[in-house]
Amino acid sequence: MVEVDADTCQALIERMDERFPGFADAIATGVAVAIDGQIYPDPLQQDLRPDSEVCFLPALEGG
Amino acid sequence: MGRYPAGSPGWRDKVTGQANYGADFSLPGMITGRVLRSPHAHARIVSIDTTEAGKLAGVRAVVTAADFPDLPSEVVAGGESPVNYRYISCNAIARDKVLYEGHAVAAVAAISAGVAEQALKLIRVEYEVLPHVIDVRDAMRDDAPLLHDNLYTEGVDPKPTKPSNIAKRTEFLLGDPAAGFAESEIILERSYTTQPVHQGYIEPHACVASVAADGMTTVWSSSQGQFMVREFCAKLLKIADSDIRVLPAEIGGGFGGKTTVYLEPLAIALSRKSGRPVKMVMSREEVFKASGPTSGGVLQVKLGARRDGTLVAAECELAYQAGAFPGSPAIPGCMTAFACYDIPNARTVGYDVVSNRPKCAAYRAPGAPMAAFAVESALDELALELGMDPVELRLKNAAKEGTRALYGPKMPVIGFVETLEAARAHAHYNTPLKANQGRGIASGFWFNIGGQSSAAVHINEDGTAEVVTGNPDIGGSRASMAIMAAEVLGIDYAKVKPLIGDTASVGYCFLTGGSRVTFATGKAVVEAANDVVQQLRARAAKIWKCEVDEVIWKDGVAHPAQGQTDTRTQLSLAEIAASAARTGGPISGKASLNVGGAGPGFGTHLCDVEVDPETGRVTVLRYTVIQDVGRAIHPGYVEGQMQGGAAQGIGWALNEEYVYDDQGRLQNSGFLDYRMPVASDLPMIDAVLVEVPNPAHPFGVRGVGEVPIVPPLAAVANAVARASGVRVNDLPISPPRLLAALMK
Repeated sequence: MVEVDADTCQALIERMDERFPGFADAIATGVAVAIDGQIYPDPLQQDLRPDSEVCFLPALEGG
Repeated sequence: MGRYPAGSPGWRDKVTGQANYGADFSLPGMITGRVLRSPHAHARIVSIDTTEAGKLAGVRAVVTAADFPDLPSEVVAGGESPVNYRYISCNAIARDKVLYEGHAVAAVAAISAGVAEQALKLIRVEYEVLPHVIDVRDAMRDDAPLLHDNLYTEGVDPKPTKPSNIAKRTEFLLGDPAAGFAESEIILERSYTTQPVHQGYIEPHACVASVAADGMTTVWSSSQGQFMVREFCAKLLKIADSDIRVLPAEIGGGFGGKTTVYLEPLAIALSRKSGRPVKMVMSREEVFKASGPTSGGVLQVKLGARRDGTLVAAECELAYQAGAFPGSPAIPGCMTAFACYDIPNARTVGYDVVSNRPKCAAYRAPGAPMAAFAVESALDELALELGMDPVELRLKNAAKEGTRALYGPKMPVIGFVETLEAARAHAHYNTPLKANQGRGIASGFWFNIGGQSSAAVHINEDGTAEVVTGNPDIGGSRASMAIMAAEVLGIDYAKVKPLIGDTASVGYCFLTGGSRVTFATGKAVVEAANDVVQQLRARAAKIWKCEVDEVIWKDGVAHPAQGQTDTRTQLSLAEIAASAARTGGPISGKASLNVGGAGPGFGTHLCDVEVDPETGRVTVLRYTVIQDVGRAIHPGYVEGQMQGGAAQGIGWALNEEYVYDDQGRLQNSGFLDYRMPVASDLPMIDAVLVEVPNPAHPFGVRGVGEVPIVPPLAAVANAVARASGVRVNDLPISPPRLLAALMK
């Protein structure tokens, strides 16, 4: 678990990339994001609350 | 939801034979394509000579891999998840090596099927036959025949220096499993195997492709996504998206198996070369030998619990067969294995393993049924060892809102507990059993997905409406789209006509799969219909010469807003539509979204079986599916999804498997020998709809199509174990296998 100051998911990814170089590239494809338990396929567009929990996980499909 | 008929738009066409499936389409001048397939499980292609075939009278084109771009092996963004187009291309037509019996080697288009098949016999292919490997455990051995010289296992450190059939290792970890097992009072460890099984759609793959002189390409095909067909064909043949138009045919079943392309790129190449429209239709044998089943798996499960039934630790290691190219659902297998339960310490490790079988394809809840078979079977044994009721054991550990999932996030609003409580209270669970009969229970989970969807709602002059979306209807989604649009517009369902647009007539829609359409595309429909309502209010305001805010829309009629004191006449949708030309022109709404917030789905199944101790035959006596469906838009179709998933899962548990000879050749490539359950094999499957609305959808929708195939494997196995006293951990529990176990 890592704490980051960011008000959007895009800002969070930029902050994470500063702390862990290569992070943004690593999640550029094939990754979905869960914000406070809800999974979103387009992480860059999502706003965050001050206490939001963000999880990165493999992109999901189905049958 | 408002009132609507039991059937779906298009049902009359289906039951009267009027519906146009992939094989029904014809064009003037159309010719027929056929595919030459490998007789070997694994061989190097030394040479292909098509000279004589090309000379045969009536042959218009012959293609091999040389007619397709040699794509790089790279993982790129595609659809909703990464894609390696080289794998798709090399699966559609072999390049350098054939990797399974049935792998396409060349294709011919001729004036008749007979001429095309004659031409196939004239193609000379020189093979260097290589050792093959079918079983996943054999494929993982260090000395196994290698399918790909450049495949190195991802996900291990340090990076391997030798190629392997293990394409990827993936691990998920929560808490400290070692500490959890150390504090456990009971530990149960078991191994399981499942077989690859085919989706078994009734309609074989079929398409027609026509390439015009200017290169404009049109494809009519049966698939789960016309945009997927466009995207894959464009990449495989290096054609601009705008130069391919794909029109969806009616689809005779998919279940995930039609989320990729096999024939379409071949038909395009043949049409491009011949200048004629080309139709291609697979035989059932080709469907079995050359289209993807889901993976078989080898799984180990370890559970640690306290004596009161509290789960403390859990581990699962699974190896899934990908077939000839990487891409098994090992990752979702790892993610779903323990998703039903609140376990503080858990680990799953998954391996994606290639072998000389057809490349696997998606199948309802990819990866989840195998993992659930292992975990839910182990839980049943744990319940027996603890002397606990199996429903109570699950209730004690059930995931709820806020439970941390092994794959990361906390669960949002879910209804798993409600399905268990409904199972416990159901008459089925409390009905006495007789000798040789047993009752099994198992639960299952699927994420459900959202993704990109578009919809348009057009209002006609007479007040009727069209709803256009881009998702083939494989489970009644047209009805759901019409119902939701009618609900928002406030008009009768019968006045709304749902249509499925082609790639040039509606905005992008990701394919029909992942239980996403009623949720995600439905959300686009709701937004498009809301757009229409806003326009209708504006038209009424224009007629009444007032502000839009002074008009409200209710039950399909514009009313003066509350607080207004005048007595203006109400305006119906039909009246506003009739005057549209004088108030601003046509009324149409649209929406294009990338939808998140798909509510996870959970189900619990009850299964009663009777075992014949003399033959090992298992008869399913009673089966009940209980599932949180969010909110059922069309309850009849929701029940159909639940029943269909259960039926397929029962077949997976009891009979279905691929039988190979020692040369790696499939021996049961037909429905006579590949034993899927038919109506006479099954009882009426009861469906209990639990409705815990998904707050992320305006009507509370959750996907429903995947979850019902997850629990049946274990539900049946648990029932058989309790009926016979013998537990079979290797599927299928076919009569010979069960009889052998009974006689031990």
